[in-house]
Amino acid sequence: MSAEPLLKVQDLSVTFRNGDRETVVAQGVSYELAAGEVLAVVGESGSGKSVTALALTRLLPPAPGCALGGSVRLQGVELLGLPEDRLAKVRGGAIAYIFQEPGSSLNPVYTIGFQIGEAIALHRPETKDVRAEVVRALAEVHINEPARVADQYPHELSGGMQQRAMIAMALACDPKILVADEPTTALDVTIQKEIMDLLARLRRERGMSIILITHNFGIVANFADKVQVMWKGRIVESGPVARVMREQTHPYTKALIACIPRLGQRRRRLTTLSEELKVSR
Amino acid sequence: MSDPLLEIKGLSVHYPGRAAWFFQKAAPKKAVDDISFVVPKGKTVGLVGESGSGKTTTGRAIVKLAPLTAGSIRYQGQDIGALSNAAFLPWRKKIQMIFQDPYNSLNPRADILSILSEPLEIHFPAMSRADREARCAELLRSVQLPAEHLRRHPHEFSGGQRQRIGIARALAVQPELIICDEPVSALDVSVQAEVVNLLQDLQEQFGLTYLFIAHDLAVVEHVSDHILVMSRGRIVEQGTPAQILGDPQEAYTKTLLAAVPRF
Repeated sequence: MSAEPLLKVQDLSVTFRNGDRETVVAQGVSYELAAGEVLAVVGESGSGKSVTALALTRLLPPAPGCALGGSVRLQGVELLGLPEDRLAKVRGGAIAYIFQEPGSSLNPVYTIGFQIGEAIALHRPETKDVRAEVVRALAEVHINEPARVADQYPHELSGGMQQRAMIAMALACDPKILVADEPTTALDVTIQKEIMDLLARLRRERGMSIILITHNFGIVANFADKVQVMWKGRIVESGPVARVMREQTHPYTKALIACIPRLGQRRRRLTTLSEELKVSR
Repeated sequence: MSDPLLEIKGLSVHYPGRAAWFFQKAAPKKAVDDISFVVPKGKTVGLVGESGSGKTTTGRAIVKLAPLTAGSIRYQGQDIGALSNAAFLPWRKKIQMIFQDPYNSLNPRADILSILSEPLEIHFPAMSRADREARCAELLRSVQLPAEHLRRHPHEFSGGQRQRIGIARALAVQPELIICDEPVSALDVSVQAEVVNLLQDLQEQFGLTYLFIAHDLAVVEHVSDHILVMSRGRIVEQGTPAQILGDPQEAYTKTLLAAVPRF
């Protein structure tokens, strides 16, 4: 069993059905993720990067609206065929998610502490003092006065604080893999850096793996070990970050990196994607 | 700097604050606090800052979408800050705005023709229906969209296309100054590059002046001739892109710069 990686995805495909119309939104997705590794998934809107991440734990509409193919093995256990009740333990347990908009991922009518406590009670029912665990979880993501914040409602926190609370909730159940779907896109650049520094520290301390979905190559370069580029539902390029940032094998990756404005290149005309590389828009 | 189109002096926008107790006097919330700057004709002035820094409020105050507490706004020498809404109408033709969210800034029930026609009906009431339609088609072409799209509705377009329509709507009345409020923040990098290029082409073609509001320093540096850095309602630093990037003076500017990812 030692050869089995933490997560092994093979030929994963996602198809949406609407009446007679079928749309393949991801296909042929295969990769492995080792413990403690950070994988960045890059692509534009509509490239299938989020859907692929949600498919790992079947967080998608049930059949027949959505059909999954291929295989997702977490420590040797096939997730795609797992019964709902066992999969519910994996979601938020072994594989936890944080999303782009912390404001809309938190329930506005419950306190932060209640919501984190709910996750702890579900995934670690043996916990005696849930409240103490909640405060500890909030302190771990560097929230000042965690006991006070636990009693606050989401609207009382800033975007950065909400995202910290989301991370605290995701980590409260000690996941092996954290899927972070555009975790800093909605945040200011300085807060963005704080959140990424926080994720880097937690990964180091806990040996947790992270699947980081982003369109920001700067974050990829500074934070990830390996990267895969998705285009029209397929992985068109993958490899160690240093290699992919230096030389790209697929024309799409090359073009996408060229589009990004860089400091110190004022008023140069920005490169754009050629027609055949555009994600149908 | 030569030939200022827009001159802002001591601009403040304060909102009533909330008192902790009813007998306390509430301190006003100073969204914009005594700022002054100049936008030269035909140039792009970039305005950077984080959310809550007052950069959007500054842009909105210029077109009377936010109330002025103090200060003056001069457009080609004329004070437009104190004008009533009715008296301001001729300036609405000269100063247009492009918004951040291409999803919420277009009426979902109107087709593109009526979205683009509306400013024409207001500012060019004498224009015939046929002329208006021809002008709308021309506008779409100038933002590189096919004229056949006039009969479509906003939901049929992608984010980048909607932003182009927003730009076409701003261009409809042949403005001189466009306030671009985070025009590319919501777009993918490839689409962002297209829209930035388009804005620069249009500037050249029509001699436009831009006040370009954004939080991404790399984009602002790319388009601007002069950069203003805002924090907590004040301009903390300003200068040419070379000055701001090469030799930032303020700690806040350094923080912003350090946060720009490099690779």
